[in-house]
Amino acid sequence: MISYILRRTLAAVILLLVVTAVTFAIFFLLPRLAGQTADQLAQQYIGKSPTQADIEAVKQNLGLDQPVYVQYWDFIKGIVSGATYDLGPTTAHCSAPCFGYSFKTHVEVWPQLTDRLPVTVSLAAGAAVLWLVGGVTAGVISALKPRSFADRTFMGIALAGVSLPMFFTGQLALFLFTFQWPIFGREYVPFTENPSQWANTLFPAWCSLALLYSAIYARLTRSGMLETMNEDFIRSARAKGLRERKVVVRHGLRAALTPIITVFGMDLGLLLGGAVITETVFSLHGIGEYAVQSIRDNDLPPILGVTLLAAFFVVLANFLVDLLYAAADPRVRIS
Amino acid sequence: MEGKQTIMRRSTLAAVAVVGSASLLLSACSKADDKSDNNGSKSAGANAATKDVVNASTQKGGTVTYEYSDVPDSFDPGNTYYAYMYNLSRLYARPLMTFKPGAGESGNELVPDLASAPGEPSDGGKTWTYKLREGLKYEDGTPITSKDVKYAVERSNFARDVLSLGPSYFQQFLEDGDKYKGPYKDKSDKGISSIQTPDDNTIVFKLNRAFQEFDYLVATPQTAPVPKAKDTGVDYVKKIVSSGSYKFESYQEGKEAVLVRNENWDAKTDPLRKQYPDKIVVKLKVNAETIDQDVMAGKAIDLGGTGVQAATQAKVVNSASQKANTDNTYGGRLVYMAINTKLAPFDKVECRKAVEFAVNKVSVQTALGGPIRGDIASTVLPPDIPGYEKSDLYTTPGNKGDVAKAKEQLKACGKESINTNISARSDRPAEIDAATAIIDSLKKVGINASLKQFPSGKYFTDAAGVPQFNKKQNIGLHMMQWGADWPSGYGFLQQILHSDAIGDSGNTNLSQLDNKDVDSMLEKAIASEDQGERDSLYAQIDKKAMEEAALVPLTYFKVLLYRPANFTNLVSSAAWSGQYDYLNIGTTKK
Repeated sequence: MISYILRRTLAAVILLLVVTAVTFAIFFLLPRLAGQTADQLAQQYIGKSPTQADIEAVKQNLGLDQPVYVQYWDFIKGIVSGATYDLGPTTAHCSAPCFGYSFKTHVEVWPQLTDRLPVTVSLAAGAAVLWLVGGVTAGVISALKPRSFADRTFMGIALAGVSLPMFFTGQLALFLFTFQWPIFGREYVPFTENPSQWANTLFPAWCSLALLYSAIYARLTRSGMLETMNEDFIRSARAKGLRERKVVVRHGLRAALTPIITVFGMDLGLLLGGAVITETVFSLHGIGEYAVQSIRDNDLPPILGVTLLAAFFVVLANFLVDLLYAAADPRVRIS
Repeated sequence: MEGKQTIMRRSTLAAVAVVGSASLLLSACSKADDKSDNNGSKSAGANAATKDVVNASTQKGGTVTYEYSDVPDSFDPGNTYYAYMYNLSRLYARPLMTFKPGAGESGNELVPDLASAPGEPSDGGKTWTYKLREGLKYEDGTPITSKDVKYAVERSNFARDVLSLGPSYFQQFLEDGDKYKGPYKDKSDKGISSIQTPDDNTIVFKLNRAFQEFDYLVATPQTAPVPKAKDTGVDYVKKIVSSGSYKFESYQEGKEAVLVRNENWDAKTDPLRKQYPDKIVVKLKVNAETIDQDVMAGKAIDLGGTGVQAATQAKVVNSASQKANTDNTYGGRLVYMAINTKLAPFDKVECRKAVEFAVNKVSVQTALGGPIRGDIASTVLPPDIPGYEKSDLYTTPGNKGDVAKAKEQLKACGKESINTNISARSDRPAEIDAATAIIDSLKKVGINASLKQFPSGKYFTDAAGVPQFNKKQNIGLHMMQWGADWPSGYGFLQQILHSDAIGDSGNTNLSQLDNKDVDSMLEKAIASEDQGERDSLYAQIDKKAMEEAALVPLTYFKVLLYRPANFTNLVSSAAWSGQYDYLNIGTTKK
């Protein structure tokens, strides 16, 4: 078990390094290969009518005058051991893990990420609970009574949910439940400050997001359950005289859970890296919103920071999924 | 400034403005008690705030909330270039001069702010002297001196590797501006020698050329004082030391700023600010539709000040009662298409004139949102910029283009058809739609243009603003929008028509117009003490540029603001591109 965790951790570190290298290359190497000079890169981070001296100074300050591999190495070194930055009259030390300073806003990236992470986690976690409970329940009911009214209703809702884009359902929820009938709050309140207000504010966002995701889970569960419930071991369980509830939950659902766990791990991991559209629609200052802003500003350090964080969550979620496999399916053994 | 809301406007009506503003002020005071419901927007009518103060009141207290769908470049007065931040920053950073809060044209009047009087020119306009008011203090009670103003100019203009986001006019116009290394590299107390502070209340600027519109330059937040001991460079934005009527209570990067009353601000030193609300909250990254909802519910003011979203516009203009709460006015900007004068066959003026005649401006106007978003343009200068003179060198029936005349010009150019490309910004749907409408018009006369899209962030640094790139890609036409850095012909024209503005990258003279007459008239204008002569020269430059067919004016951009109820002292000022003047907005809500 320990060697398994160590191997997975090492693989994760290598994967994260590759992700940063690719992101770095997209923003620095590709423009260079396309003929863009360091001067042009520097000009993106400077005001109108800069002199050559201005451009040189910005290049030096942002490290753009260095070869790309040196810039990359400096970035990685910063994450591990911190870095020192020129603020003008003074210098500032950015302690590890240092994702650098934003080229545009000139603030440290890491505090921005940690500041926004609770918002994204709140959004993702609440929505995940709703879509998991709602989706799996709907899928089980549909599978147990195929072609029934309930099945058709749930699958109809699932189809609508997966078809309607977030920017539509989100805006609609916002309009109906925040402006037209102001049942829910608008200003995000941290869980630690006021849990009920926290839930009240996030509920429309949770529901909108859950509607989108639960559709997939309902259909996955339904198909998995339909297949499982026709297996021999289910017939054996029933023949043994087990109660139907036990047959469905312990034997049927458990066996059908494996693909759901896989997808859930991926979905949650991706969402923790930033629910871009949801955060934008509901004006939530989370990781996704930060990513959008940074991409618009062509601001590399925050983009790298968000990418790395998102990749970390996906890797972590996959790792946890592997562990859960063993719990869900006795046939799986971690080695 | 490109694509951003600009600081704008006219001083030709200065005399009228003085009288107008005085009467406005008086009317504002007298109206204060008139409206018992404090809901002036209901009765004020459409465009009321462009003519007069709406919901005038001296009521104190409450919280005024601003919302913005994006994040500003910076709250640091020395590191910003957005008109709405120039407007807002005056609450905590007092520049030497500013624009008087007034409706429409009356808002264009320059008045002393930190200075006690407008600049005193000498040496033919090469030296400008300002005297500071007596008794000025920062939020911590320490006195404000002329040295702090000098330092503010130095840090904002000469340390662009650190504070890079503002303009650099002082660097360009100050004597030895190209030699000074900036306060962060040059640690001596002397600073730049062309800004002198003979005493704590006097500041003298020595310029490298006569510059008669210098009062406009010192109206930027770059002249708002910064105490050297408290300057932390890029981190200064986290703890700005206020010289205005409000100070920062909190600041969260990219999220929110909260301002509260500055107890050390003294009304006796400030005839402009009234300090009405207790608190001012600026919320950032708020969904644009949410902002519209909040504005219409009287809960917030749209900080960006460009107006409502398309969906809200459709709703508002079709409702008489809601339309009565709107202010629809010029935003001091021109939407146009630059024609690359250096790229064959557009290096021939006849080919350029063919484009001028071919464009159906009505279809372009429709694509840009209809007449409410801009009147059809025929000059370089918009009507709200001094020097504007009505003219149309390329008249076409109903502004819908003239295929026959266009083909005639094409023939004179020696061409039957032209294949070219047109650049536009991919993240600006209206601009793409306008370019598409132009492509359709041009096709009718044999000019086949293909659309090339580039993101806004790279438009000037990597694409349209790089002459070499345009040559390689055969881009002869460029979609463009432009507003002045200050409300004068020079402020508007210099960056888009002067040959000095052509650079290898970051070029804003997209036509690459290199015309000696235009250059010399611009230089002559800015050196002239006579405003009438200056304005006349600006009109001539405009005409010359149109004769050269350097660009196709499309529309004079207009903003459509929804005037929120519950807020007091709303004036849509021409000086702020039609935005409400943020200096004295109060609230009737506690």
